[in-house]
Amino acid sequence: MGVATVTSTTGEAGANTVKGAGPAQLEVRGVTKAFPGCLANDDISFRIEPGEIHALLGENGAGKSTLVKIIYGVLQADEGELIWEGKPVTIASPHDAREMGIGLVFQHFSLFETMTVLENIALAMNDVRDMDALRKQVLEVEKTYGLPLDPDRHVYTLSVGERQRIEIVRCLLQNPKLLILDEPTSVLTPQEVEKLFETLRRLADEGCAILYISHKLHEVKALCQKATVLRGGKVVGGCDPREETAKSMAEMMIGQKLTAPDRGEARQFGDVRLAVSNLSLESDEQFGTDLKGINLEVRGGEIMGVAGVAGNGQNELFRALAGETEQEAAPDSIKIDGKAVAHFGPRRRRRLGATFVPEERNGHGAVPDMSLSENGFLTAFRRMALSARGLIREVPTKSFADNIIKTFDVRTTGSGAEAGSLSGGNLQKFIVGREILQDPGVLVISQPTWGVDAGAASAIHQALLDLAAKGTAVLVISQDLDEIYAICDSVVVMAEGKMSKPRPMADVSIEEIGLLMGGLHDLEGQENPAHDTQVEGGRLGQA
Amino acid sequence: MVRLEPRRQHSQAMVYLSPVLAILMTLVVGGIIFAFLGKNPFDALYTFFILPINNSYGISELFVKATPLVIIAVGLAMGFRANVWNIGAEGQLTMGAIFGGGLALYFHDSESILLMPAMFVLGALGGAFWAAIPALLRTKFNANEILTSLMLTYVATLFLSFLVHGPWRNPEGFNFPESRPFPDAGLLPIIFEGSRVHLGTAVAVFVVIAGWLLLSKSVIGFQLRVVGKAPQAARHVGFRQKRMVWFTLLLGGALAGLAGLFEVSGPIGQLQPSISPGYGFTAIIVAFLGRLHPVGILFGGLIMALTYLGGELAQITLGLPNAVTGLFQGILLFFLLACDVLTKYRIRFGTIAAKGRTA
Repeated sequence: MGVATVTSTTGEAGANTVKGAGPAQLEVRGVTKAFPGCLANDDISFRIEPGEIHALLGENGAGKSTLVKIIYGVLQADEGELIWEGKPVTIASPHDAREMGIGLVFQHFSLFETMTVLENIALAMNDVRDMDALRKQVLEVEKTYGLPLDPDRHVYTLSVGERQRIEIVRCLLQNPKLLILDEPTSVLTPQEVEKLFETLRRLADEGCAILYISHKLHEVKALCQKATVLRGGKVVGGCDPREETAKSMAEMMIGQKLTAPDRGEARQFGDVRLAVSNLSLESDEQFGTDLKGINLEVRGGEIMGVAGVAGNGQNELFRALAGETEQEAAPDSIKIDGKAVAHFGPRRRRRLGATFVPEERNGHGAVPDMSLSENGFLTAFRRMALSARGLIREVPTKSFADNIIKTFDVRTTGSGAEAGSLSGGNLQKFIVGREILQDPGVLVISQPTWGVDAGAASAIHQALLDLAAKGTAVLVISQDLDEIYAICDSVVVMAEGKMSKPRPMADVSIEEIGLLMGGLHDLEGQENPAHDTQVEGGRLGQA
Repeated sequence: MVRLEPRRQHSQAMVYLSPVLAILMTLVVGGIIFAFLGKNPFDALYTFFILPINNSYGISELFVKATPLVIIAVGLAMGFRANVWNIGAEGQLTMGAIFGGGLALYFHDSESILLMPAMFVLGALGGAFWAAIPALLRTKFNANEILTSLMLTYVATLFLSFLVHGPWRNPEGFNFPESRPFPDAGLLPIIFEGSRVHLGTAVAVFVVIAGWLLLSKSVIGFQLRVVGKAPQAARHVGFRQKRMVWFTLLLGGALAGLAGLFEVSGPIGQLQPSISPGYGFTAIIVAFLGRLHPVGILFGGLIMALTYLGGELAQITLGLPNAVTGLFQGILLFFLLACDVLTKYRIRFGTIAAKGRTA
């Protein structure tokens, strides 16, 4: 049987089977998928051999997610076929995909917070009869692949890295022959990333094919043996990431030359414009992180980065700075240009010259089903005098939006277009532009280039650098260390609601930041690491 | 299995067409119901929807009935836009009538031209006061305003009943549960001779224009739209939801109170146990029929007013029960909501896997 099938595909397989004798684990042939108004996948073909770690590269909107959904049976291709171990197959549902041996680790975890690790795993299995047997299996997989995880812990007590391990264990239990990971490292510390890579390499050694989707190019370079690059729904090239540079791969992705942000000459910093002292705050969310004694100072002209793994209090910090949560009791804990503002709401803080860009664009930074004009008015109507006597001044409102669109090269049909109709990158440019054109003294921006294509990202980075050069204090909250290295002058790290001392970017290594992100290192920077290990050892001794 | 699947893009035209479609389907279903009741559906529909307005008196009555509906619905729409669900306009209407009407009874021998404006103010205050209770409960104790405002409706109507059966009963009224008739200075001037169309109708037109300006041109209207569409964005820029709860409930209450006052000082002319055939509830349908837009509400109000007139006529000439009015209003709301759902979602039959194979 098997032989017959192989010979039937030798036409194409022949040339490619130099390395392995058998057929490809998965071959994608001419897959095309159209949505109303958009050709998401256009005649995509590539193959993954058993034991190969294959990267799928591309900007947002290049068609990666659609392709993954087709492979995992969530969507059906309009044209083209999937060849699994040499045989054409129809994958009608994720259930089918799992049966065949395809595992998928999602970018966003689908876990139930209030249930235990084991219960969550059981929920994702096609068919579970015996919880004790499952527990044994789970422990075995964890041991084999070095994924320590207590099956009886509740998910809400786990770090993001641990949560991801649940997803991976979940997939490994099905003995996958192809494991797909969609942006798996966006939530991990550098150390956690390294651990994940070890697991993946071990899996590949055992013959499991891995499809690794990412836009973090140095990771792809470190991990993958082959890469397929998508742009605008088409395959625009393939390469061996080990022989490329991150820059050359980025240029393949966006199809043009990349310019590094221009940091200008060594900048002079002015007076402190944003000061946070001893800010403590209980989170208003059930599984939120309390802020514990946050201190930081940003001077005029300085860009300070706040690094950290998601969920360590960055959202709470942003809301506290933006005035979404107010501190009636301690007005002094936040100062803008020397004025105590922690008891002020957002509007009075904005009046003092502070502007804010939240992480989530739709529904937080902008109202998706309102026009760009109205979205410009949303945060700028006082500072830009877009209202008079309680009425909206139509003409200046429209011209303010037009000005943002022009200055920041927002691709849209005009200021009357609904914000929700813009692509992520364009809407982000609009929102960032809206705050920058208000000529702020302080700008707090969360995840400035989250889900934004490389072209828009570099425009936003340049705009932030230009703003700082004019004397604005800029605080960038970001999980992307590359971004922090690219634009920041100094960095602080958040872990478990606490913040490290600020360090100049020039003399802090990525390893140090990683340790701080993991919360392993002493955050105050006073006690020595040896002391820490002793405590750790003592605790272990007791247990 | 039947599932609703969000549409990728929903047609803007359908947003405005869906009320028209809903009205057409209501007519079809209404005709079928009439047929089942043993009436010729075409005759019945003619009696219900055409006969009431084929003379000038009928048209003037249409304005009389539409007046309270439009005034109340404009106020409610402001709240609905901001996700504040005031269901108790009927109670606020009643309280407005009690406050404003009470003043007219207190000055029952007055001839002052100041009485009417004072009644306007008190009527609006009465409605606003009654809506302030759900606002307070919502903002202080997070009590759902849908429940509190609805329950307060029954308190208000029973309070009115108590007043006209007891302390405010007309001493010369042969023990009927009615107040004294209002003095002439407390009655709304008629603006079209020979009809019952009163000053309140002019106010309704003014309310529509003012409501439109408020909603689309003012900063506070902008704020309440943002609060409704994207609460998180509203919080981000410091538009306080509590303020919007207060603003929309007080505004809606004041307008409902004003509408109540217009009823008792216009067509009715005194206080009596029942002063409204459910205008406060029907106005909810009017608000949605008009797409929560003041100009749309003007048309919605006229259509719903027609169901009241048609219902009365159907009672007289066809011998149908008055419940037919409520039935028509209910069917219309049902189809309106159904059209709205199908504008945003499409229906999918079959299981997920089967869908995958056929797609």
